[in-house]
Amino acid sequence: MTGSLAMHMSDGLINAPASALFGAVAVAGVAIAAAGARRDLDDRMAPMAGLVAAFVFATQMLNFPVLPGVSGHLLGGALAAILVGPWAGALCITIVLVLQSLVFADGGLTALGANVTNMALIGTAAGYLVAVALRPLARRDRLGLVAVAFVAAFCNTVLASLGFVLEFWLGGDPAFSLTAVIGTIVGVHCLIGIGEGIITALTVGAVAGVRPDLVYLLRGAERPLEVRAQ
Amino acid sequence: MNRRTLFFIGFAIVALVLAGVVSYFASSSPDGLDATLERGCDAGACIADNAREHDGPLAGYTIGGDSRLTGVAGVIGTLATLALAFGLFSLLRKRSRS
Repeated sequence: MTGSLAMHMSDGLINAPASALFGAVAVAGVAIAAAGARRDLDDRMAPMAGLVAAFVFATQMLNFPVLPGVSGHLLGGALAAILVGPWAGALCITIVLVLQSLVFADGGLTALGANVTNMALIGTAAGYLVAVALRPLARRDRLGLVAVAFVAAFCNTVLASLGFVLEFWLGGDPAFSLTAVIGTIVGVHCLIGIGEGIITALTVGAVAGVRPDLVYLLRGAERPLEVRAQ
Repeated sequence: MNRRTLFFIGFAIVALVLAGVVSYFASSSPDGLDATLERGCDAGACIADNAREHDGPLAGYTIGGDSRLTGVAGVIGTLATLALAFGLFSLLRKRSRS
């Protein structure tokens, strides 16, 4: 039975030293994220972060076609970072990846460190840094926010795919050309990034339309028209 | 029930519908990573040859390999993610003074 949904790095693609290295990177990154999330999460953001993790799990199941015979799926780092911040966001993606590997056999067990590094750490960090750089635009109006979400999500996807390139360069089978891998994986992930951008823009736009106070990226912004119904 | 709770319930329902229903319409083609690794498989050698699959209770987002139950597997996964994440984030949460 080959899995046809989501799909992350399996075991055996990178050697043991590289797997161990990225396992250590993942553990360190998740520990830092947990410390950051402890400062960020209040009574309002904690349940939101739980829901964002569940939403990313669900949405990762929805592979969309990008080329004949090739699909892509949301990675979710930018989406999570914009809604609940980079620290809780990285933890959201990590929770999804751990469950997918252990329960759904999606993503190898020894490859878990590499998958967490790519999607939970690199993807989330890239998406968040781009979103923060463009924050003035995001705060202008809803169209600005949606545009920022799209661009941040696109960068998240492409940079996460470069994480795989790094891992393959360090610990992949040297019989295969690295340049061929780079060209294909980055090209395909530019297309997937467009899908990631659309899903992220729609989701962030929808949340901001109903509960702008639950969008981390907009925190601290002056929103005089916001009606607080508590 | 306040409006924030209603929003959270709505968000959870959207996730459950995506995993439980919309998942049946997902593309079954390999994703961008797998497609990259499968390049050259037809010609004899590809990176994907090195991949080792492992098993899991709901392997391949199915129940016992039955892809007709993908929606059920998706709902279970979404609820499991929700429970695990809620638990973890409430442990990490700042306690509000009340």
